[in-house]
Amino acid sequence: MSMKVGTRQVDGVTIVDCSGRITLGEGSVILRDTVRDLLSKGNKKIILNLAEVNYIDSSGIGELVSAFTTAKNQGGELKLLNLTKKVNDLLQITKLYTVFDVKDDEAAAVKSFK
Amino acid sequence: MDGCAARPRCRTHLTSSMAMTEQRVSYTLDSSLETIDSAEEKATRIATELGFGDDEVMQISMAVREGAVNAVLHGNAYAKDKKVTLAFENTGDELVITIRDQGKGMNLNNIPNPLAPENLLKTSGRGIFLMRSFMDVVEIRPSQTGTELKLIKRVHGPTAGGKEASQ
Repeated sequence: MSMKVGTRQVDGVTIVDCSGRITLGEGSVILRDTVRDLLSKGNKKIILNLAEVNYIDSSGIGELVSAFTTAKNQGGELKLLNLTKKVNDLLQITKLYTVFDVKDDEAAAVKSFK
Repeated sequence: MDGCAARPRCRTHLTSSMAMTEQRVSYTLDSSLETIDSAEEKATRIATELGFGDDEVMQISMAVREGAVNAVLHGNAYAKDKKVTLAFENTGDELVITIRDQGKGMNLNNIPNPLAPENLLKTSGRGIFLMRSFMDVVEIRPSQTGTELKLIKRVHGPTAGGKEASQ
């Protein structure tokens, strides 16, 4: 299953609902293009909802890091929501869990933006 | 979907039912993104057929995917005239996976630690680390004619904390 994204606005925060696989190739490109497009349009508060992301490889991890740093460098903020066990385990192994702001409740995640 | 009869470059010595006896299957694959997905699918299927648990199957398939990424991107650099050889061998005690490319080799001294604070926010450089995390043995043998990667998962071995055996 390739990756699909949908975006929605909640109280000034853009939630990107991701599903499928974030892997080298199409999945990574879709995520990269989506985040950069949002930032270019002034959407600086972004939540990546990864509830339906069932697989991610090292390239996908790299894209999450890239999205995080790109948002930060443009004065924005990017948080992760609803990690699956696989993605959670990978972020733990790679020590990125402490780098990202990871949430498991959408309403709380939206409120957590300043 | 991986019927070898339909794939001229596919050499197989493997029967469709994989009991834990000595068996080996190898594939010669193009240097393409499709090869990476194909390698992962093959690893998932074979590891499942060998009876590994769900978590181990995921670890094996991800390690193979990362190895295939390195072979296609960093080894062969997508060159159409260069191939990736992927082999699975069931020794009875271990699943031994070998991935060879035809690139210029690599410098094992130049592999950064992705857990180092200065590398945490880098967008690449985690593939070998993940392989080492998921497999019992990871051997990397670079040469001027390509790199050979050997990944070993023991049938009843530890499920994490891969042992490094480079050179």
